[in-house]
Amino acid sequence: MMGAEFVALSLPPILIGTLAAIACALPGNFLLLRRQALIGDAISHVVLPGIVLAFLVTGTVAAWPMMLGAGAAALVAVLMIETIRRLGRIEPGAAMGVVFTTMFAAGVLLLEQSDTSGVHLDVQHALYGNLESLIWLEATGWDSLWDVQALAALPPELPRIALTLLVVAVVMLLSWRPLVLSTFDEGFARTLGLPVRAIGVGLVSLAALAAVAAFDAVGSIIVIAMFICPPAAARLMTDRLGTQIWWSLGFATLSAVLGYVLAGYGPLWLGGTHALSAAGMIASVSGVILLLAALFGPCRAPAGQRPG
Amino acid sequence: MKHDSTRPEAVRPAIPATAGDAPSVPLAISGLTVSYGDMPAVNDVSVAFRSGAMTAIIGPNGAGKSTLLKSALGIVTPLSGQVTCWGRPLARQRHRIAYVPQRAAIDWEFPARALDVVLMGMYRELGLLRRVRASHLARAMSCLARVGMEDFADRQIGRLSGGQQQRVFLARALAQGADLYMLDEPFAGVDAATERAIIAVLKEIVAEGGTVIAVHHDLATVPGYFDRVFLMNVHAIAEGPVATAFSRENLDLAYGGRLAQDPVGAAGARDAY
Repeated sequence: MMGAEFVALSLPPILIGTLAAIACALPGNFLLLRRQALIGDAISHVVLPGIVLAFLVTGTVAAWPMMLGAGAAALVAVLMIETIRRLGRIEPGAAMGVVFTTMFAAGVLLLEQSDTSGVHLDVQHALYGNLESLIWLEATGWDSLWDVQALAALPPELPRIALTLLVVAVVMLLSWRPLVLSTFDEGFARTLGLPVRAIGVGLVSLAALAAVAAFDAVGSIIVIAMFICPPAAARLMTDRLGTQIWWSLGFATLSAVLGYVLAGYGPLWLGGTHALSAAGMIASVSGVILLLAALFGPCRAPAGQRPG
Repeated sequence: MKHDSTRPEAVRPAIPATAGDAPSVPLAISGLTVSYGDMPAVNDVSVAFRSGAMTAIIGPNGAGKSTLLKSALGIVTPLSGQVTCWGRPLARQRHRIAYVPQRAAIDWEFPARALDVVLMGMYRELGLLRRVRASHLARAMSCLARVGMEDFADRQIGRLSGGQQQRVFLARALAQGADLYMLDEPFAGVDAATERAIIAVLKEIVAEGGTVIAVHHDLATVPGYFDRVFLMNVHAIAEGPVATAFSRENLDLAYGGRLAQDPVGAAGARDAY
């Protein structure tokens, strides 16, 4: 599997899957600590009406209008969640639940009403993405990685998700200390004069950016899984935040690579003939990793119950 | 909305006129009103806290003590009123103020060690990107040592006892290098050894010219621990030296005559309300 075929058919989806997984797992660490992990779920649902609206407006399934529509929908959802939480005095989880179910339902209705029969736009695509179709036909082998002409024909999802990951990583690196402070002790962060609310909205916006870009490439199942599973598993491996981030990146990468390989080759090894959904397998692998971490992770007992 | 100083005097004893704008007053609050929903938690409170003193904020449960502290620090936004520190707006004096939150407000599962928490107190020096150097680490360790926690620097905070957790947060406040220390119930749920360690450090701070303001629950220890006392129950009741302000009359006003024993004369009024 290490030949030209691998470079053309498997390398791009593995890379895209890995970058998408990392882009979601990075902000996921903080969302988890803030008890906001479900926001990844929320965002990946609410982007559906945004994508359908973008299609209705532009009449095409081009990537940029879709991503703009998805981003706008995510922003609307974040604002709605905040507003409901504040005005209705509803706990954050419930506010998210209300908003993302309603907007996803609206997206399904919009999709039914619009004539999308001629294009590849349906709920299944939204859920599973189409990782397997992100292939690089111009590649003739590993040498193509240095061939500018061949590189230009890479699936456009790859540079998009790479750029997104770069933005997410740089912003998180630059705002690391305020992010940690306001996540750990919001009151104390306020006494330092930190813009706590803006930091919260910024984190969710960053998560939305990662979710929308990843959703475009790999579908919402991976997005939801990667926001929660790698960070949650990582928390069980260490009691230090910096180390937790590195574990979560490792778990995200492992999920993406192992999940893709198992989906593509696993059935063949077992004598089957059909490959499985890579998105489904990647999400499943991340779930298994979380299970293993919950069973064997060194820091799995609640802190209060561990022997000092 | 500005505090209306011409309103008729309230029935309760008046707070001494506050020279709130004086540069010598570390914390002056005037006409502060905070409400959660329809109920005012703090109603039209004016008080000036004395520099170089250790002042207890006392009053019954629900009297708005924590809320007063939080709104003075800008954590809670008041409906009306003004807060000045050393005669200037709070926003320009934040670097001179340290804060120790209530233990219950912290997520003890957070992946942080005692040392990490103390380093958070140095955010002003470290800023966004400056590296944590050996000198920062050494100072953080000396802050931990001051509260007797140097052996627990690498311990995750959830694996410390309640008293140890409180000491770590006091060490973080020390690392801030502040002039004014505001503590929200520092003795709640801590062991006797921790209580002694904390009070010793607070007295050191005052001896070095700092100011300490603490929300306090245990009336019996007020005379032993504090120089001054501020009594409140939604409204301000009285502020002054323990010898005069911590009187039976003022306590009755604050607690509504619900005190079983006289904490002024005799000890043993622990949780008397």
